[in-house]
Amino acid sequence: MSGIHVSTKINGDAVEYVCDVEETLLDVLRDKLGMTGSKEGCASGDCGACSVTVDGRLTCSCLMLGAEAQGREIGTIEGVAKGTELHPVQQKILDNAALQCGVCTPGFVVAAKALLEKNPDPTETEIRYWLAGNLCRCTGYDKIIRAVMDAAAEMRGN
Amino acid sequence: MARNPDADNAPVKKEIESPTSKYDAEKAASFKVVGSRPARPDGMDKVTGKARFGADMVMPGQLVGLILRSPHPHAVIKSIDSSEAEALSGVKAVITRDDFTPNDDHADVLYNIMAREKALYEGHAVAAVAATSRAVARKALKLIKVDYDILPHVTDVDEAMSPDAPVLHDNIITRGVSPTPTKPSNVVARSEFGHGDIEAGFAQADEIIERSFKTAATHQGYIEPHACVANVGTDGMSELWCCTQGHFHVRQVCASLLGIDVSRLRVTASEIGGGFGGKTTVFIEPVALALSRKAGRPVKIAMTRDEVFKASGPTASSSMDVKIGVTKDGRITAGYGVFRYQGGAFAGAPADFGAMSAFACYALDNVKTEAYDVVTNRPKGAAYRAPGAPMSVYAVESVVDELAARIGMDPIDLRLKNAAKEGSKSSYGPKFGSCGLVETLEAAKAHPHYSAPLGPNQGRGVASGFWFNFGGETCSNLNINADGTVTIAVGTPDIGGSRASMCIMAAEELGISYDKVRAIVADTSALGYNDTTEGSRVTFSSGMAVIKASQQAVTEMCKRAAMMWDIPAEAVTWEDGYAKPSGPNAGDFEPLSLAEIAATAGKTGGPIAGHHEYNADGAGVSFGTHIVDTEVDPETGKVDIIRYTVVQDAGKAIHPDYVEGQFQGGAAQGIGWALNEEYIYGDDGKLQNAGFLDYRMPVASDLPMIDTVIVEVPNPGHPYGVRGVGETGIVPPLAAIANGVSAAAGVRMTELPMSPPRVLKAIDDAKVAAE
Amino acid sequence: MVQVTLSGTIQQAAGGISTLEIEAKNIRQLLNALEKLCPALKPELEKGGIAVAINGTIYRDDWFQPIPEDSEVFLIPRLAGG
Ligand code: FES
Ligand code: FES
Repeated sequence: MSGIHVSTKINGDAVEYVCDVEETLLDVLRDKLGMTGSKEGCASGDCGACSVTVDGRLTCSCLMLGAEAQGREIGTIEGVAKGTELHPVQQKILDNAALQCGVCTPGFVVAAKALLEKNPDPTETEIRYWLAGNLCRCTGYDKIIRAVMDAAAEMRGN
Repeated sequence: MARNPDADNAPVKKEIESPTSKYDAEKAASFKVVGSRPARPDGMDKVTGKARFGADMVMPGQLVGLILRSPHPHAVIKSIDSSEAEALSGVKAVITRDDFTPNDDHADVLYNIMAREKALYEGHAVAAVAATSRAVARKALKLIKVDYDILPHVTDVDEAMSPDAPVLHDNIITRGVSPTPTKPSNVVARSEFGHGDIEAGFAQADEIIERSFKTAATHQGYIEPHACVANVGTDGMSELWCCTQGHFHVRQVCASLLGIDVSRLRVTASEIGGGFGGKTTVFIEPVALALSRKAGRPVKIAMTRDEVFKASGPTASSSMDVKIGVTKDGRITAGYGVFRYQGGAFAGAPADFGAMSAFACYALDNVKTEAYDVVTNRPKGAAYRAPGAPMSVYAVESVVDELAARIGMDPIDLRLKNAAKEGSKSSYGPKFGSCGLVETLEAAKAHPHYSAPLGPNQGRGVASGFWFNFGGETCSNLNINADGTVTIAVGTPDIGGSRASMCIMAAEELGISYDKVRAIVADTSALGYNDTTEGSRVTFSSGMAVIKASQQAVTEMCKRAAMMWDIPAEAVTWEDGYAKPSGPNAGDFEPLSLAEIAATAGKTGGPIAGHHEYNADGAGVSFGTHIVDTEVDPETGKVDIIRYTVVQDAGKAIHPDYVEGQFQGGAAQGIGWALNEEYIYGDDGKLQNAGFLDYRMPVASDLPMIDTVIVEVPNPGHPYGVRGVGETGIVPPLAAIANGVSAAAGVRMTELPMSPPRVLKAIDDAKVAAE
Repeated sequence: MVQVTLSGTIQQAAGGISTLEIEAKNIRQLLNALEKLCPALKPELEKGGIAVAINGTIYRDDWFQPIPEDSEVFLIPRLAGG
């Protein structure tokens, strides 16, 4: 099987890898690059645990081929915090105890951050619909939604 | 308590504490850390993606393991030929049942993880390969030739009980019936519970309602599929990394299935991405070990979601009949229920727990329940949060709701009038100790939700529920570090924030601040045996062990202080993190802090630690009452949850955030069970919706905020009053939502899930019947 | 003497007996005495699928848990959880 050579940017860093044709971006991140923060919950685009951004757009990395990352800018959970400084979404998820097992958390962080970049002042309903592609089985979403509302408020400066 | 040990008496316990520990009301009145809401120790890793779950581990040189599964729901396996697969370049091992040690203790487990005689459900494992890449492993699976002889199958519980149903196992002879049957059947056991005389009870009733109900099988739905990495060394020393609710149990079962000593297998529990009971058993772990043993290299297996649905988990589906009689003034005179549960291809459907908990909310003079554990050609069921209770309680609480309407009584008042209390005889036998059902009912009634106005097509439902809770084998260690910090090792995997609760309890007991304490889940070589994280037992049992370990460390620290002061150890007390001289003759010394004592520990006798090993009992039952507002679209049959309130007795909430989280999570799972989730089988006996798109769990836009009320009726069997909270939360929702939908739609809903077509049909049928 | 009530599958295994009086000072003695009284119970007891409730407190495994005189004792299925 001949591999495909890919040059891309992940979390601002230039990255090169060789992947098989059928490998997804999620496979590449997890198995080739050791970036296991993105999780595989379904591999069919239904759970959002693998959420990344591609050129700023929220994407399920399990639905995109590794080869398609060529020339793109990929953002993953590993790039959300700046060093030890958490993004407000991360901090508010901690403050609100908006996680139980935490396996869905990276996906929610990436998705919520993408929402707030587009819409700094979402309503509860808008948050619920934006995050409808992210499954959480533990929390019933209550605390997650509150955390995102808190983060939005903080980022707006109130 | 004087005791008189007689002949065959082995040692009588020296200090009898019954239950294990007693509630300390004085301490509870002055909690400093318990009840606060600090950030959890593993939180930072989880929000940044650093936490390592089952599939995140990599061992050097690891192979990819894949499992070949039966495409047929019921078939004789005539032969398996793996020679071509073995010859494929890159394939390092192929295994079948022959690679395991036959085993009486875990016969069903072995049969479930690797079939041989027959495949009993679609997805039943028949062989496995380890190869250098996923692509090679996939190719190898295709090269394994299995010759099947297809048999007729059965997936429905009632059909499986009929005398002409295809029989799965020729060694299942129904237990619990007399005379003992002469022929095998799919009915594993019949159990019976209750007391009094139900016929006499029904004779006293003014109103009697009798109904039949059905519920579909659902999956626990944890977001993290089962995953593990196994490494069997050349010398046979083995390590296993896996996501599990009970790594000690995994070690025990795997060692037995592989025929190796427990001491040669070290199991580390990864962070676990949800379990809800579904990760209390083994599926892929022994397979990965057997592959690694054969290949001589580490092997990783991660299930796909399709495999998770077809070969792990689900809960039982049920078919139930309930009959309840009540007087005009609301006294329940008799309750009777028959509960038939299918639990998949092997014995163990939680029908008995369903029958035991069905009427547990009521103090009844006459009650009888019967339970049938039935096998079918479906994946073997695993525990799911309060296993067995949500379905039976759905049936009972539906009839209670209907009776309340029939006699014109408020449904909470009817429950209050008959509620189980301390001292009442439970429907499953023993008397209840202190318990909080009445308190949850009263709090629900007083909650603004209960009296809020409803809109058109809306209906309000209430229901109560119960779970037993238990303790179990537990062992925790606690070390006082030289810098005055404390580390705790527990043996119960943390699924919902329990490490935070452990730290809180140690901080409380030691009198230091929360951020000085860290808790980890230790591997199987580092601690004595611990039962699995299940049965809502962790905060109760591991927590109590941490409290006792802290007390032991405190005793030692007082001793060290006494040495420094040269006074008797009894003259030292521990207060707010300091050793202090006490009593008239103790003398006048500056109190010594934990940190000061720790700093000199090396010179006063060595490291200071505490530990506790025991079999916890006195867990204390847990009751809850839920209120829900539903809205039914009469055109489409779609149900929306408009408002939801959970009221539950937690005994004492150690970390209220995670108690609320358990309440909310249980309610959300119950909402899915009530409205949408369902294993759908075709006539071919195959699962038709093995994916999250078609097996529809609630998403954020399906749900409202879920309000919580924590009721605290202390558990007399725990020093801080803790009751388990994890399971009860999933018991009332099925019934509460069904009662709400029935009110909104004007027709009694007797089958779950209440998916739009089913609701629409019920509405239409009711219209036709009315005409 | 303690009053023991059987429930679940073991009631039938014991030939339909639901209550009996047994002389036992702890759980182990109770189980041994039961086995002697109704040998048909042996497989059920050995399977370990039993828990014992003494005056309302449920014990899953605890041989030497004392049973006070005149206790109310129930044999129920051994609980599992999720
Ligand atoms: S793994 Fe990509 S959406 Fe589930
Ligand atoms: S916290 Fe477990 S799935 Fe969301």
